[in-house]
Amino acid sequence: MWHVVPRTAQHPPAVSAVTLHVNGVRHRLTLDNRTTVLDALREHLALTGSKKGCDHGQCGACTVLMEGRRTNSCLKLAVACDGAEITTVEGLADGENPHPVQRAFLDRDGFQCGYCTPGQICSAIGVLAEAADGHPSYVTPVASEAAGQSVPPGPSEPSGAAGGTPPPVPLTPEEIRERMSGNLCRCGAYANIIAAVEDVAR
Amino acid sequence: MERTHSAGPALGAPAVRLEGMAKVTGTARYAFEHTPAGAAYAWPVAATVPCGRVTEVHVNEALSEPGAVAVLTHVNAPRLGECEDPILWVLQDDRVPHRGWCVALAVADTPEAACAMAAAVRVEYETWEPDTVLTADHPGLYACEEANGGAVGSRERGDFDASYGSAPVRIDATYTMGALHNHPMEPHAATAEWQGGALTVHDSSQGATTVQRMLAPLFGLEEERVTVISEHVGGGFGAKGTPRPQVVLAAMAARHTGRPVKLALPRAHMACAVGHRAPTIQRVRLGAGEDGVITALAHEVVTQTSKVKEFVEQAAVPARTMYTSPNSRTTHRVAALDVPTPSWMRAPGEASGMYALESAMDELAERAGLDPVELRVRNEPEVEPDSGKPFSSRQLIAALREGARRFGWYERDPRPRSRREGRLLIGTGVASSTYPVLMTASRAEARTEPGDVFRVRVNATDIGTGARTVLAQVAADALDVPLDRVSIDIGSSSLPAAPLAGGSSGTASWGWAVDKACRALRARLDEFGGEVPAAGLTAVADTSAELEKEAASPYAKHSFGAQFAEVQVDVDSGEARVRRLLGVFAAGRILNSRTAHSQFIGGMTMGLGMALLEGSTLDPVFGDFAERDLASYHVPACADLPRMEAHWLDEDDGRLNPMGSKGIGEIGIVGTAAAIGNAVYHATGVRFRELPLHPDRILAGLGRST
Repeated sequence: MWHVVPRTAQHPPAVSAVTLHVNGVRHRLTLDNRTTVLDALREHLALTGSKKGCDHGQCGACTVLMEGRRTNSCLKLAVACDGAEITTVEGLADGENPHPVQRAFLDRDGFQCGYCTPGQICSAIGVLAEAADGHPSYVTPVASEAAGQSVPPGPSEPSGAAGGTPPPVPLTPEEIRERMSGNLCRCGAYANIIAAVEDVAR
Repeated sequence: MERTHSAGPALGAPAVRLEGMAKVTGTARYAFEHTPAGAAYAWPVAATVPCGRVTEVHVNEALSEPGAVAVLTHVNAPRLGECEDPILWVLQDDRVPHRGWCVALAVADTPEAACAMAAAVRVEYETWEPDTVLTADHPGLYACEEANGGAVGSRERGDFDASYGSAPVRIDATYTMGALHNHPMEPHAATAEWQGGALTVHDSSQGATTVQRMLAPLFGLEEERVTVISEHVGGGFGAKGTPRPQVVLAAMAARHTGRPVKLALPRAHMACAVGHRAPTIQRVRLGAGEDGVITALAHEVVTQTSKVKEFVEQAAVPARTMYTSPNSRTTHRVAALDVPTPSWMRAPGEASGMYALESAMDELAERAGLDPVELRVRNEPEVEPDSGKPFSSRQLIAALREGARRFGWYERDPRPRSRREGRLLIGTGVASSTYPVLMTASRAEARTEPGDVFRVRVNATDIGTGARTVLAQVAADALDVPLDRVSIDIGSSSLPAAPLAGGSSGTASWGWAVDKACRALRARLDEFGGEVPAAGLTAVADTSAELEKEAASPYAKHSFGAQFAEVQVDVDSGEARVRRLLGVFAAGRILNSRTAHSQFIGGMTMGLGMALLEGSTLDPVFGDFAERDLASYHVPACADLPRMEAHWLDEDDGRLNPMGSKGIGEIGIVGTAAAIGNAVYHATGVRFRELPLHPDRILAGLGRST
């Protein structure tokens, strides 16, 4: 299942000094090069809000915001993210006041067991930003057909392409369903999650 | 005995989950998220052969991994004591009963090293030819005495054969489905620590009392020396209802190494290690008059278990409750194969059994030329057919009619394949749901606290159901105080013992004890003229006596519901998608409208997965599941979600418990797959009798090649 080259005492595991900026705090860590960002957060920084559901980038429970973009933190090796700015679910509230997306999940009962919830919330914040920046999704109507504009740029080129900043994409329920599909919820709270994201998008 | 309900304002209100803020801000801690000082990490090694025995475990390479602490094998692992459940008998002997069985456990300073060590452990086996494929005529099939839940394996009433043989309208159909996997989002995990001969574990479990009672004899301890904490649990759906190997392995490793140990099952180990809904082959025969009234009903279930222990999915059981059936045969036959052990998955028995029965009812409706709702109305029994007991309450017809009205059911053209939009065929379907009312004795304690607050203590578990919140609501009404004056402790074996969260029985079981403790406390308080004495007041309750009486109840107690689905089937791709899903349930008094709604739609969502998405292939060569991760085993994602509605009927049933509640955690999944399957038939005119309805299956049914 795992192809591993066994190491011996003569060949200790490679470690690296890594700096991570998490929720506005700078952390200097010495990490095994095999350590993922998720395990760095959970096992080294005691930030267990980001969850490990599959460890394979298939469930989205580990979603955090890296440089403002949603990211499966189980798929990133910490050593490759030296200097990164990371926001986890623990860093979203403004003091005692929860982030509007956190508030909306509470109001709409957008969770049950709560295990996918931090990832859903970080993902939803990413969705709101992507839509505001005009990033299209699979279900976004091609605006250019009607308006004769250029197709909005993809996520790899968020803005500044020829033709100026693309217009925001309205977050319809269909858009939210599509864009939130990288975050699995086995309790089946999707209907309420969609409502929560809609509330904030409004 | 008839009981009156608590009538306070808290019950029924849409109270927000008490732990909601902790969950949305990431401070709620789950089993793996407790890291005692000096904790080591464990990683299991799963057998790679279908069956046989371990002849040699080579550990040197693994132990040379920097950070290695130990490798536990059946040779050096601590010996376990008395074991009630053989799935927990891990690392005790050389047997490999099925692929995926734990054959070694790597322990290291870091998770990375533990993972690398596990990969470096080399295991040699002696293997033998496995028996892995279930067929309807498998020579090993036998009639079980008891199916899951204590149901009698086989029941006969009247003369099925004669009655069926002479029935003018007959259906004889066989429905099959492969395994389904619970896959809670939180993998099974445990953190174990020994201190002075006492064991403390944080376990991802649906019942900490159950885990405590299982661990104590395994490790030769008095129960008081074992503390099990399951404060927050990331879903279970039955897979965490019985103690699972992770907690035994973590405790063994901690004892062996002298360090606290954390262990989370890798997702890829879960399909074979934590139970699943067993595959079933279900033959349903319905004999009816020209008027559609059933005279003969047979539901014969063939299923599999493992050679580790017998578990029989009680899929024929709902047929003993649902419809008029003067002549009836309901049987379960099971074969023990060299495969992983099935167990509970949300509504075991009902979810799979009602898929078959409700699909057959749809076939009967068409054969009899009746509307499917009308057919069910005509077959409404006066008493529970199998037991002869009257129902404490039964609103199946009301649920069907209310659902039909809300859904716009009668706007349909009943002819199959009568609605088309371009390449999409559209259809609608209906099915009934049901789930029994189960309850178990529980203890609870209520006490006064400084600051005019009441503390309620009960070892309930909130696996996402909202139990923590609902129990506080029960307490508030029993104490006649506002909800914010109640604080509640759940999720630890240091609290009064309570049954597990399963069988949709938690809230009724725990709630009864909480209600009793709080009423007793109120009575004590009244003795003091309402003034709390300086020493405070405490009241404890145990509902053993009540539940003993309950077992002799002359009533049949079940929830009922109706599910309606609208689907579209793409004739070119074979993809079926659900456009609308609507459920109406009659489940006693709804204690929290917010969390109840979530429970219903959550169950329906899982039912959608069962119908269309969740496919598990048992590899005949290895006797293990091919789909072992969330990329290949497709649980519903947000984009799969249709417009979804869940409603409930007022139901005032005074024969249940002081709250007047029935369970609601499971009924949402019951009937969903049949409603969707019936809608696919209505859309396409092709009757599919095997789940899931993947595009390749549908395309083949439509006469198209993939």
